[in-house]
Amino acid sequence: MQTATTHAPAHGHDHAHAHEHHEPGFFSKYIFSTDHKVIGIQYGITSLLFLFFGFSLMMAMRWQLAYPGKAIPVVGELLRKVLGDEMASGGVMSADLYNSFGAMHGTIMVFLAIVPLAFGAFGNYVTPLQVGAPDMAFPRLNMASYHMYFWGGVIMLASFFTPGGAAKSGWTSYSPLATLADTSNTINGQTMWLLGMVMLITSSLLGSVNLITTIIQLRVKGLTWMRLPFFTWAQFVTSFLLLLAFPPLEAAGLMQLADNLLKSSFFLPTGLVTSGGIVPVSGGGNPLLWQHLFWFLAHPEVYVLILPAMGIVSEVIANNTRKPLWGYKSMVYASIGLGFVSFIVWAHHMYLTGMGTTISTFFQTTTMIISIPSVIILTSLFISLWGGSIRFNTPMLFALAFLPMFGIGGLTGLPLGFNASDIFLHDSYYVIGHFHYVVAPGTIFALFAGVYFWYPKITGRFMNEILGKIHFFGSFVCMNLIFFPMFIQGLRGMSRRMYDGGSTYFGNGVDPGVLKLNEGILHAALALAFFQLFFIVNFFWSLYGGKKAESSNPWNATTLDWATPTPVPHGNFETAPTVYRGPYEYSVPGAARDFIPQDQKD
Amino acid sequence: MEIPYTVKPRPDTGLYNAKIGIWLFLASEVMLFGALFSSYILLRVGAPDGFWPDVPTAWPHGLLNVPLGTFNTAVLITSSMTVMMAWTALKENNFAKFRKFMTVTLLCAVLFLCIKGYEYNDKFTHYVIRLKDGSALTGHLEINGSSPRFWTEDTLAAKKLESVEVLQDIPTVLRYPSGFKHEEVAHEPGEHHIKREIKTADIQSLRPFVPATGTFFAIYFTMTFLHALHIIGGVLVMGYMTFVGGGMWKTEPERYTNRIESVGLFWHFVDLVWIFLFPVMYLL
Repeated sequence: MQTATTHAPAHGHDHAHAHEHHEPGFFSKYIFSTDHKVIGIQYGITSLLFLFFGFSLMMAMRWQLAYPGKAIPVVGELLRKVLGDEMASGGVMSADLYNSFGAMHGTIMVFLAIVPLAFGAFGNYVTPLQVGAPDMAFPRLNMASYHMYFWGGVIMLASFFTPGGAAKSGWTSYSPLATLADTSNTINGQTMWLLGMVMLITSSLLGSVNLITTIIQLRVKGLTWMRLPFFTWAQFVTSFLLLLAFPPLEAAGLMQLADNLLKSSFFLPTGLVTSGGIVPVSGGGNPLLWQHLFWFLAHPEVYVLILPAMGIVSEVIANNTRKPLWGYKSMVYASIGLGFVSFIVWAHHMYLTGMGTTISTFFQTTTMIISIPSVIILTSLFISLWGGSIRFNTPMLFALAFLPMFGIGGLTGLPLGFNASDIFLHDSYYVIGHFHYVVAPGTIFALFAGVYFWYPKITGRFMNEILGKIHFFGSFVCMNLIFFPMFIQGLRGMSRRMYDGGSTYFGNGVDPGVLKLNEGILHAALALAFFQLFFIVNFFWSLYGGKKAESSNPWNATTLDWATPTPVPHGNFETAPTVYRGPYEYSVPGAARDFIPQDQKD
Repeated sequence: MEIPYTVKPRPDTGLYNAKIGIWLFLASEVMLFGALFSSYILLRVGAPDGFWPDVPTAWPHGLLNVPLGTFNTAVLITSSMTVMMAWTALKENNFAKFRKFMTVTLLCAVLFLCIKGYEYNDKFTHYVIRLKDGSALTGHLEINGSSPRFWTEDTLAAKKLESVEVLQDIPTVLRYPSGFKHEEVAHEPGEHHIKREIKTADIQSLRPFVPATGTFFAIYFTMTFLHALHIIGGVLVMGYMTFVGGGMWKTEPERYTNRIESVGLFWHFVDLVWIFLFPVMYLL
């Protein structure tokens, strides 16, 4: 702390000193660590495992859609053994199992895979480094955050083994379906889902409080707001979304828990009739209330998924075009605007509920408005490519692919933002195609870019370029083969809720030519899984066999995360750096090198 | 490198880390209770017109004990004041005084919980009874001199009771929002209950005042229980800091004072939530 002695606290060090000078044991080093880097890696590995698990659930579902009622080869038998005859007799997926897998695929991918990877892993590892901090502001809260996430995930996984199976009312858990789907078991999959969600919400609350405090308080001298790397800005806005949007879902979750366990009627209307007759509850509740509270979280959640991805892509693009980001300030203001507006667009998920044209018009307008900041960011990134001498390494390829893929996802969202066209498209595969273009070849590609990009900082070795390129091109082709046909199916009116691949929807076995596409999608999904093997092998092999990073700044980057020694020691920096310039000073005319690190004095 | 600003404020923000942390946490708490208050509004606006319990899903009024609620509000405001004075005592370097005020705060918190528990118990022994002739009344059951909890018409059938003694409520003015017509219950002035005997065969349903009985009860119990959990959390943390973790005052007085300030901020918030809950639940 030489450079910041004027601000340095006079005491309160005794604690940290005691830690620094003895070698911690295995448990305190890897399991109960308070070091943001270890926690970031814990988040990263756990969420990558969940990512693969969520994908596996979907592969089983795609088989059922492509070949309805046929036993799944190999895996079907396994499912029968693990989950019982009721769920998968003879290796054929039952309707209940299909519903469970669908609900859990969504839940796992959003809450246990992508958010923890984008926010928990990258946010934890990179953000404190980029602001020049020795650690997060509250290291022990950080540890608690990971453990809450971990146990939330364990509860979600355990729910597959509760009587009646895991939650099966969609990742949105709409009431009254979620309350009435399984009334024979008091503690059912839905109860577990709600308990798991409470853990995950607490985890993200702790994480976001921590990250905001870190960015505000622990920025080093000279690192003013407009000198923050865009990645850090994106994490900052994301933290606010998590902080403020999640609690309403927690409130809704508590109310649904009361509906399920105490038989209250928060979301159950008067005179509700099911196949079993009138439901014996007091009534007086409102199903729309759940939807409002759920989407109040889940729309900002979409930006929680996309903003960190934009942050990663910005870092990779600036670094590999060897140019400053074009329109850095407008990107920052756009992301702040995006954060604000994302709180007032939620009901565009609810046009079909008949909430009235006045309200629909309002949300339609705000939805069109929110596309503006997204377009600003995306356009700035595109223009940033102009005139750069681009290095086409693996992280850059993933980052480049993110741009058009997110573009397709975003543009196909416009017809869903308009009330009139949404009514036709809403329950069809079009929505699935749109959302997955944003998140799968969009966000996940950006996350892969991040893994390849920061790998040499974390391990001191590069990931293999050849394996990386096979992984990239295979994934790129397969992703499009999976999701593009869904637009065609959706425009043809194929329902997204059918367990038999849509044939009952069209009736009498008449195939308007889109059911066949399900087979192609299945094969593309299997091929996508095959190409992920290259990533998995590369990930582990490069730990020992990867090319050594010669310097601690192997990509010749400018931001502070590359100013640390490699591997990054406990406490991160030897002395607190001082920042003298903006984050992207690449190819400055007259400079000795084509990059000037932020902490380099003139 | 050490984590800076754990105790001293950062010059440009004027805050130490934990203070920003606690304010952010409170912002998220505002969203949590905000969502519940919004739900309250939506459920209440959606309830049909009419007088409860005659109209089963109408919004009930005047079921909660206003004098007790008022007293509890005073108790909580007092505790908010004393936690503040405790922090001031630390700033004055007077640990004995701090401990005194903190003890008062904790006693207030426990008193609040006891009164809340008493109120809860009163609701669990309070019933709405619908008769087969279509009428409805509310009151406590009296079985062998005691007041049973959580009974339903099934309990009556299982116990093979031919009739039950009911202390029927005489609705107070609060029960009748202006404009609702109702039947007067004949009673002597100053009387709060009428004892009457009801045949089990006449009873259509018997429900205690619990979440399953109506959305008013559901939101009342959810919100007040969540609030009570916050009180319990506050008691645990403040109790720990005062009586177990007080040693830090000797080693790091400034850090200790900051801790008390942070928990005090949380305590004010818990108080504030109650200041909204009280009128919304008890008076409106």
